[in-house]
Amino acid sequence: MSNRDAIIAEIPRLRRYARALTGRADAADDLVQETLQRALEKWRLWQRQRDLRPWLFSIMHNLHVDGRRRDHRIDFCADDDLPVPVQRASQQDALELRDLERALALLPPDQREVLLLVGLEELSYAEVARALKIPQGTVMSRLSRGRVRLRALLAGETAPILKVVST
Amino acid sequence: MNAPISEDDLHAWADGQLDPARLIQVETWLAAHPERRTQAEEWRAQAARLHRAYDRVLDEAVPARLIPAANSARWLDARKLAAVAWLGLGVITGFFLRGETVRDPGAVMAAASLPRQAAIAHAVFVPEVRHPVEVGADQEAHLVGWLSKRLGAPLKPPQLESVGYRLVGGRLLPGDSGEVAQFMYENAERKRLTLYVRPDAPKAADTSFRYARENGIDVFYWTDSRFGYALSGNTGREDMLRLATLVFQQHPQ
Repeated sequence: MSNRDAIIAEIPRLRRYARALTGRADAADDLVQETLQRALEKWRLWQRQRDLRPWLFSIMHNLHVDGRRRDHRIDFCADDDLPVPVQRASQQDALELRDLERALALLPPDQREVLLLVGLEELSYAEVARALKIPQGTVMSRLSRGRVRLRALLAGETAPILKVVST
Repeated sequence: MNAPISEDDLHAWADGQLDPARLIQVETWLAAHPERRTQAEEWRAQAARLHRAYDRVLDEAVPARLIPAANSARWLDARKLAAVAWLGLGVITGFFLRGETVRDPGAVMAAASLPRQAAIAHAVFVPEVRHPVEVGADQEAHLVGWLSKRLGAPLKPPQLESVGYRLVGGRLLPGDSGEVAQFMYENAERKRLTLYVRPDAPKAADTSFRYARENGIDVFYWTDSRFGYALSGNTGREDMLRLATLVFQQHPQ
C-alpha cells in the first residue's frame, strides 16, 4: 500500500474519533482535514517504524488542544448546542446517543481523549501515551477517573461541572 | 512471581490488553471478587456503548474535501526524495537520446522523463522486502482489472516465465499527469525487473526502442498509441534488451 493510500485508509477512524471528541460533525471534519494537512507537511519527518495510526492521533490531539486554547472556550455544551444525532435507528437509540454525547461533552477533555482512544479506537496504553506525549501512568489515572466520571454522568448523578479549559 | 492485582490490571482486563499469563491470574482473582468484576464489566459496557454510538461514522462516505490529491509531491516520503535527489545529481539532461535527431523538443522532454521516472520508481521499490507491490500476482485478475480501470485502458502484465521471471505483482504510482502502473518481476536469483506503464504518452512518430542508463539502472523504453513503457533492471544491457524485446512483442500496437 502506498503512503497516500495508507493515510486515506485511516480517514474513517480519524473521523469517528473526531466526531466523538468534538461532538459535532462539521467541527470533526474540520479537525480531520487539518490533521491530514499537518500530516502532509510533516510527512518527511515521520519515522516509518512508528505506527501510522498513533502518529495521526497525536497530530489530531495537538490540533485539538491548540483549538481549545485559541477559542478560549468554556468546555461545556448547553442543551441547544448539542449535536443532533443523524441516522436515527430508533427513538431509543437516539436518546442513548444524546445521553452519551452530553456525558462526553461534560468530561474534562484530557479524560475524554484517553477514554476514546482506549475504548473506541482501541489503542494500546503505550500508544495512547505516545500519541498524547504523557507517561503511561498518567494515561491510566485519566482512564480511571474518566470511567468513574462517565459512569456517574450517564447515571445522572453529577451536576454539570463548568470548567474553563485554559486562559 | 504473582504481582498483586492492581486497578490497572482491571482496566487492562476490560480493554483486552493483558498478556495471556496475566489474564489467567486476573480472571482467577476476579472470580473471587465479584464486585470488582461487575465494575470491570461496566467499563467494557461503556466501550461497547461508544462503539454503538460512533461506529456508524466508519460507514459514512468520506467527504471529498478530506481526500488528499493523488499528485501532490508532498506525498513522496523521505526515501523517495532521497532517490530523486540521487538520480537528479547523476543525470545529465543530454544523456538520454544521445545521437538522436530531435524535431519536437516538447515530445523529447516528455519522452525523456519516462526513463528517469521509471528508474526512480525502480530504485524505490525494488529493494522493498515486505511491500514490493500493492497487489500480488496471486490476485492477477484483480490487479489487471484495477490498473486497467485506473489508467483508463486495458493493461495486461506481459508473461516472462519463459525466461525465468515470474510476476511479483503491481502498484499504482502518481505520475506527472496522472496515474502510472508499475509491474514487478523476479527471477530465481531474486533479481528484479520493473515495467513502468504511463498513459497519455506523447504520440511519437515511431515506436522504436530507446535505451537510457540512469545511475546504474538499464532502462529500455518505447511508446505506443496509448502508453509509454519502460523496462528497468540491472542484469546487463544485452539481457535487458532481450527482455524488453519480449515485453514489446506482447504489447500489440
